[in-house]
Amino acid sequence: MPDQIQTHTLSVLVDNEPGVLARVIGLFSGRGYNIESLTVAEIDAARRLSRITLVTSGTPMVIEQIKAQLDRLVPVHAVRDLTTEGPHVAREMALIKVVGSGDKRVESLRIADIFRARAVDSTIESFVFEMTGSPEKIDAFVNLMRPLGLVDVSRTGIVAISRGAKGI
Amino acid sequence: MTTVTRPPATAAELTGAEVILKALADQGVEVIFGYPGGAVLPIYDALFKSNYVRHILVRHEQAAVHAAEGYARSTGKVGVVLVTSGPGATNAVTGLTDALMDSVPIVCLTGQVPTHLIGNDAFQEADTTGITRPCTKHNYLVKDAGILARTIHEAFHVARSGRPGPVVVDLPKDIQLAKAPYVGPEAIEHRTYRPRRAPDLQAVEQAVELIAKAKRPLFYCGGGVVNSGPRAAELLTEFVRLTGYPVTLTLMGLGSVPASDPLFLGMVGMHGTYESNLAMHGCDVMINIGARFDDRVTGKLAAFSPGSKKIHVDIDPSSINKNVRVDLPVVGDAGETLAAMIAAWKKKKLKVDRAALAEWWDQIKAWQARDCLRYKGSTTVIKPQYALQRLHALTKDLDPYITTEVGQHQMWAAQFLKFERPYHWMTSGGLGTMGYGLPAAIGAQIAHPGRLCIDVAGEASILMNIQEMSTAVQYRLPVKVFILNNQWMGMVRQWQELSHGGRYSESYTEALPDFVKLADAFGGVGFRITKPSDVDGVIKEMIKVEKPVIVDCCVDQKENCFPMIPSGAAHNEMLLGPDDRASQTTSEEGMVLV
Repeated sequence: MPDQIQTHTLSVLVDNEPGVLARVIGLFSGRGYNIESLTVAEIDAARRLSRITLVTSGTPMVIEQIKAQLDRLVPVHAVRDLTTEGPHVAREMALIKVVGSGDKRVESLRIADIFRARAVDSTIESFVFEMTGSPEKIDAFVNLMRPLGLVDVSRTGIVAISRGAKGI
Repeated sequence: MTTVTRPPATAAELTGAEVILKALADQGVEVIFGYPGGAVLPIYDALFKSNYVRHILVRHEQAAVHAAEGYARSTGKVGVVLVTSGPGATNAVTGLTDALMDSVPIVCLTGQVPTHLIGNDAFQEADTTGITRPCTKHNYLVKDAGILARTIHEAFHVARSGRPGPVVVDLPKDIQLAKAPYVGPEAIEHRTYRPRRAPDLQAVEQAVELIAKAKRPLFYCGGGVVNSGPRAAELLTEFVRLTGYPVTLTLMGLGSVPASDPLFLGMVGMHGTYESNLAMHGCDVMINIGARFDDRVTGKLAAFSPGSKKIHVDIDPSSINKNVRVDLPVVGDAGETLAAMIAAWKKKKLKVDRAALAEWWDQIKAWQARDCLRYKGSTTVIKPQYALQRLHALTKDLDPYITTEVGQHQMWAAQFLKFERPYHWMTSGGLGTMGYGLPAAIGAQIAHPGRLCIDVAGEASILMNIQEMSTAVQYRLPVKVFILNNQWMGMVRQWQELSHGGRYSESYTEALPDFVKLADAFGGVGFRITKPSDVDGVIKEMIKVEKPVIVDCCVDQKENCFPMIPSGAAHNEMLLGPDDRASQTTSEEGMVLV
């Protein structure tokens, strides 16, 4: 099935310089590629390095193109396809605000406990839960909170790293 | 050669503007194309005080970039552009995009408002790095005078190495005025940018074995050979002759094998020759060197060369498997890869399959016998093909530099002018920019004083940058503009005829200037030809005139450009001429394609 759409998680090591994120995003919009999730932060201040974790989808030919196009950008150090290069760990963090009282409030706290979400802020009528996990786990938790007074969700998008001893 | 005075080697206290000029000099820059304005005044002031870089004042910033492209593509050097902020930079965008699409090394210096005003909607402010990000290979905004010199050198390195392309350096005015340290161009080792030149030798060995086993082989080569330098073209010619295989070239690759070589089948693609396209369709091993499977070459992708094993040599890994899946990719410089291929071929003492090759050539000769570039001659109206055939016959011994605008005349020029070596043919291939030819001819003429530079033009295209006649006159550049005037945007009309029921919506120009008077008004010389019998005389006269010339060659208004692969069709569905029209129906699938 050469034309089947696949989802890949890419790690991109870049120089932390102005415009580098715009270059990456512009590449995706300009060439019509998908971005399902994108996170970026500096990982080495001394060497001015940032790491971008990108989740994208496309046919195998398109995924190869995306990697080649990313690698062609001048400030890009390395492009790694975590999906094809062996097992990797992928996590996302979310902050979830739930407002309610009575049974609903108790129930939200109980479910948060099951999902190992922590309350990081609390008032008489609200909680802010912090949770880390796979995107599916966060989706499940958010869906359960909906009838219990969900008002706000903020998610980081996926960060990922390969398993084992080898670095990028 | 003129002697150049270089700035002192150890200049302690230079301004940013002086650093820029010193960096240009150290990069070997002899000429820059530009247009002044408020945000680049310090650089122009430094230019005024120096005599080691020549400045050519164009009349529009788009033309500055095209002129730099003409200069770059006729010499192999980096073309340099200097424009002001805001409109200066935005006007340059078309030229930059053109250079990106055709992989032309350009460094474009743009002025910018002072750093403390950036983002304040200051006068003539534009987000130049934002606007040019998708139309450059790379760009820089220099906000620290301390890294100015290094940035300029890096810009040249990025522009000329790997797959060449345009690089913008945006220079705020306060940086141009600030004291700045100078560093030389030596040892520009980039942290991340290290394009690969040398091919993987194992892949090269596999490639030559596949090439030797071919029964119906075809070399399909493009601009990557030209960009690699004249040596690559020599190596390509050597390898092609070593094998005796047929070779076809893309629009951008013309000249990388001598057109007079019997192994050359002509151009490939939408308006390429019948034999080239059918050989592409029927070959069993395709050897692509420095071409990118452009849609103008492949036609309908699903039916593109269905039975061939494909070898693809390209310096840009992102060109490989982009449009067409290939069997054997080789990432590397065309010249270096060709040298490795020839060495591997000789080392392995490979032999071609003579019997199969003879059969293949018989087939190709049958296709050639169709004489696909044939046209109906006339003694009363000038056929555009005839005009170009005469132009070629009367200029070929002068080894002219040819540029074109975009449209029918461009395709006829590609078909009827024959190029024996690279660096003599400059045309806007990827972007298809009308208005490219005249400024590009100016750039080529600046690089090659005393040589014949001709812009083959259409009457619509030439009006897009006609103001550059003024530049040509100012610098006494005897460029020749040879207009094939049919009063139509010919290629638009041809497509309207084929795909839109002959509804010629806005493709006829009801009012055109008198091009003879126009040439005169600019200070050049104009000629008009209306009869076939006058063509030779005027071309000879044009060559003799040592001034900018416009020839208004009034040609058959109804002529269309053949052969043609209709949009969305495959190589074996070519139209050979107007009589093929019964089968000329563009499919619905093809209608949406450009």
